[in-house]
Amino acid sequence: MTVQAAVAAAFRNEWGQVVATLIRITGDWDLAEECAQDAFTLALRRWPTDGVPRKPGAWLTTVARNRATDRLRRDAVGAAKLREAAAMTYDPDPDVTDEVPDDRLRLMFTCCHPALALESQVALTLRTLAGLTTAEIARAFLVAEPAMSKRLTRAKQKIRNAGIPYRVPPAHLLPERTPAVLGVLFLLFNEGYSATAGADLLRHALSAEAIRLARVLVALMPDEPEATGLLALMLLHDARRATRVDDDGDLVLLADQDRTRWDTEEITEGVAQLDGALRRGQPGPYQVQAAIAACHATATDPADTDWPQIAALYGSLVRMTPTPVVALNRAVAVGMAHGPAAGLALVTVLRESGQLAGYHLLAATEADLLRRLGSTEEAVAAYREALALAGTDSERRFLRRRLTDIE
Amino acid sequence: MKYMLLICGDETAAEHANDGCGGWTEEMVARGVLCGGEGLRPPMEATTLRVRDGELLLSDGPFAETKEQIGGYSLIQCADLDEAVEIASKHPAATYGTIEIRPLWQPPHA
Repeated sequence: MTVQAAVAAAFRNEWGQVVATLIRITGDWDLAEECAQDAFTLALRRWPTDGVPRKPGAWLTTVARNRATDRLRRDAVGAAKLREAAAMTYDPDPDVTDEVPDDRLRLMFTCCHPALALESQVALTLRTLAGLTTAEIARAFLVAEPAMSKRLTRAKQKIRNAGIPYRVPPAHLLPERTPAVLGVLFLLFNEGYSATAGADLLRHALSAEAIRLARVLVALMPDEPEATGLLALMLLHDARRATRVDDDGDLVLLADQDRTRWDTEEITEGVAQLDGALRRGQPGPYQVQAAIAACHATATDPADTDWPQIAALYGSLVRMTPTPVVALNRAVAVGMAHGPAAGLALVTVLRESGQLAGYHLLAATEADLLRRLGSTEEAVAAYREALALAGTDSERRFLRRRLTDIE
Repeated sequence: MKYMLLICGDETAAEHANDGCGGWTEEMVARGVLCGGEGLRPPMEATTLRVRDGELLLSDGPFAETKEQIGGYSLIQCADLDEAVEIASKHPAATYGTIEIRPLWQPPHA
């Protein structure tokens, strides 16, 4: 491995840890980022002559920490901050220190604090834990760089001035706070995963970051099966990435994807992670979604798909997260497992509830079920409705193809 | 950290004006986190004032006619925002109104 590659690897693996530790020591998020940056710059200069240290993370943390001490000493405000920092390393809550040896977990929970807006949570996570630059985050979310910079600054200001604690919440708050962390990681993954037209490489990198952070979370919270379930879910989706869109950027249906190009290594790992999580006997929505993804990923042929199992899993998921979109997915699965009439009955209930009014996938699902039932005329009308509501070109192209097929 | 809990509600919240705080005040005083607080009479009884170029300008009513109005406040001192959230969530007004948690302005380098 070249020195450049060693620094790049250290950046990926250690950035979050260095920043997290520096925030704990100094209590200053900007200073922590700047000193971490300085440490990596120094590594680029020193490692080619001195060699790559045996523990790059420890080397980088020490350099960043010394840098912070120097900079705090230099100004009068710093003297007060240093005393504060010294006091901060003493944690008066022994429960917290015992349970949480890793600063990255504090950082994750603080970035994902519910008192911050969701988009700030996501941006902060990417900046401080994953080490993406403000410009990169701005591009990934199609926001101008100054706007993203302002968003990050405001989020850090709020953490400081509103007294958002830098810690992993105590055990009694974990059940309400952990879903926020999992939610941000899943959102991050989906931002990268659902990127289609233009296939922005940077957005794909978001998925990779989400998987990496989920691995860290699983290692830090081994007793949280939903974290493991989320990792499994991401791996099982990611395994199909290469086949989700064709060369023109059009979506390819699961049934039409080239299964020989699915990443078998990721599928094997995803299934193994899921099994480990399920053995704990505390199912949750991420584990159930991963189980559904596993049913698809392990079917070598679309005809082998275990639809009755998938329909049953959606039944559980609807009870855990009773949203209309989950109910619609359940209708699709029931339509595959127990025939289009059974699926259509569920879709009709949803349509009558009015909850998905204007959602093109409601009409598209209905159209598909009607087509399979042989009700061509009604199917055509539903496809036309879906076509009028669809938001992207690739979806419109797909629906138009379907429409010409049956007309 | 010191926070002001601004207790807000629409006009229906006025029905609760004489309810008291159902043991919340006593609990928070015993915990040593409550520094003070009062309920406010309705905004229609407010008088709003400005001084411009030495001239005193008075108007009848609150500075902004909004649906949600501040009906009271509590001043608390506690460890961090998580504790402030926990304290505010136990306030009876949280179940019918809204509570805004505002950190108090800290003089620089205090």
